[in-house]
Amino acid sequence: MEAFDYVAPRTLDEVYGHLNNGKRTLFMAGGTDVIVQLREGRRECDLLIDLKRIEQLTSYAFDSEGTLVIGAAAPLARIYEDVDVRRRLPGLVDAASLIGGIQIQSRASLGGNLCNASPAADSSPALIALGATLVIASVSGRREIPVEEFFLGPGRNALEPGELLVEVRIPAQPPRSGTRYLRFIPRNEMDIAVASAGVRVQLAPDSDTLESVRIALGAVGPTVKVVDVTSLAGRTADSATIEEAGRLAAEVATPIDDMRGSIIQRRKLARVLTIRAMEGAIERAKEIR
Amino acid sequence: MTRTHVETRLNGVERDFLCEPRQSLLEVLRDELGLTGTKEGCNNGNCGACSVILDGRIVNSCCVLAVEIEGQDLQTIEGVAHGDQLHPLQSAFLDEAALQCGICTPGFIMASKALLDREPDADEARIRHWLAGNLCRCTGYDKIVRAVRRAETAMEEMNA
Ligand SMILES: Cc1cc2nc3c(=O)[nH]c(=O)nc-3n(C[C@H](O)[C@H](O)[C@H](O)COP(=O)(O)OP(=O)(O)OC[C@H]3O[C@@H](n4cnc5c(N)ncnc54)[C@H](O)[C@@H]3O)c2cc1C
Ligand code: FES
Ligand code: FES
Repeated sequence: MEAFDYVAPRTLDEVYGHLNNGKRTLFMAGGTDVIVQLREGRRECDLLIDLKRIEQLTSYAFDSEGTLVIGAAAPLARIYEDVDVRRRLPGLVDAASLIGGIQIQSRASLGGNLCNASPAADSSPALIALGATLVIASVSGRREIPVEEFFLGPGRNALEPGELLVEVRIPAQPPRSGTRYLRFIPRNEMDIAVASAGVRVQLAPDSDTLESVRIALGAVGPTVKVVDVTSLAGRTADSATIEEAGRLAAEVATPIDDMRGSIIQRRKLARVLTIRAMEGAIERAKEIR
Repeated sequence: MTRTHVETRLNGVERDFLCEPRQSLLEVLRDELGLTGTKEGCNNGNCGACSVILDGRIVNSCCVLAVEIEGQDLQTIEGVAHGDQLHPLQSAFLDEAALQCGICTPGFIMASKALLDREPDADEARIRHWLAGNLCRCTGYDKIVRAVRRAETAMEEMNA
């Protein structure tokens, strides 16, 4: 590995002091992407800024409105082990507990998973389904964007120079709603998604009609894909409607052929995973929590 | 390159060392501190041979920089036995013949220890899932899982 300097600031102001001084800087949260990339020469930097000593970035809590505010560098295992998170946001737990094995989950963060901007990242479809937003900060202030607006292409995110991701915000989920995230990998664990789907459904008070649906697909395009499913609102939550959601998903998918899977396989997976995730989401929406 | 001074608690003893920021914890353990029990398999986070317990959490030491562990508590395979007294996991791995070449073994023992420290009655499915980040080219895993279950029983009897 090329040599670099390392700092572990305690505050965001200290972080800003290290930016925009002509040095090539890289942020590090859990390091499970960036350390390997530096070692393999895929990334270079003069200064590595470790974000894990900044309390605000490694903590998480539900606020008074029920929004789960997660520091961008908080390790996944701490989040998905939390009993409140498990009860209130099982769709987030689906994704967070799939990323790597326990050794990776002890370090890896949602912020790192998002900023790395892999089209196959597990957190993004689930967070989009959950309606999550991202808080981006720089010395000149903060801005908040929906997760779906964060990705520009493989490995490219919407951060400007001088900016970093500070928070992932998952709003309190609507009543009678449920979210499910599923991916396909050739093994049981420890692999990168060939395709994936995150689905949230909200049922009407009659429990039979869909009030709203959100669907996002991973690994079937250069960035995570949001499926337009406005046509499903008001329809009965039955197998014909679920089948229709699968069809819409397959239509939106623009996958590539690579070592992990072919175009045909990925398009089929987009359909099947959407159908299964939607069934799971409906089931969760009917649970009383 | 300037070297950074790092203070840590290593297997229960205060310890300090100098390292370059680019050095992984695995590299420093093996090459600077002479603790070669922690193994290097893939050096990219996939195999778990380099597993160590950092502040109570199991991590891959190839995916942690040594500078990051300032002020933290680190357990490696060297700290698992008490003198000549093997840890129940170590005895169980021997009794069940849960190793062949042995490269993966320190990682499996650290990962299993991290599990049993938290969940002393983890069932087989839980053990297999927990150990998904540890690869073994030799044993086919069944003997490893059996060893962890045997250690669970032994530890339960010790605590009874
Ligand atoms: C063995 C193995 C298995 C894996 N399995 C999976 C998997 O199943 N699914 C999956 O999606 N991923 C997987 N990954 C990839 C990786 O673990 C995840 O992407 C992880 O969530 C990254 O988080 P991190 O905190 O470790 O990121 P880091 O490595 O610290 O950072 C990742 C990138 O984001 C930047 N960054 C980090 N935080 C910020 C911030 N707050 N602001 C701005 N930029 C920031 C860094 O500069 C870097 O470019 C795996 C990796 C390994 C090694
Ligand atoms: S050597 Fe660290 S995970 Fe393989
Ligand atoms: S005993 Fe050889 S890799 Fe496990």
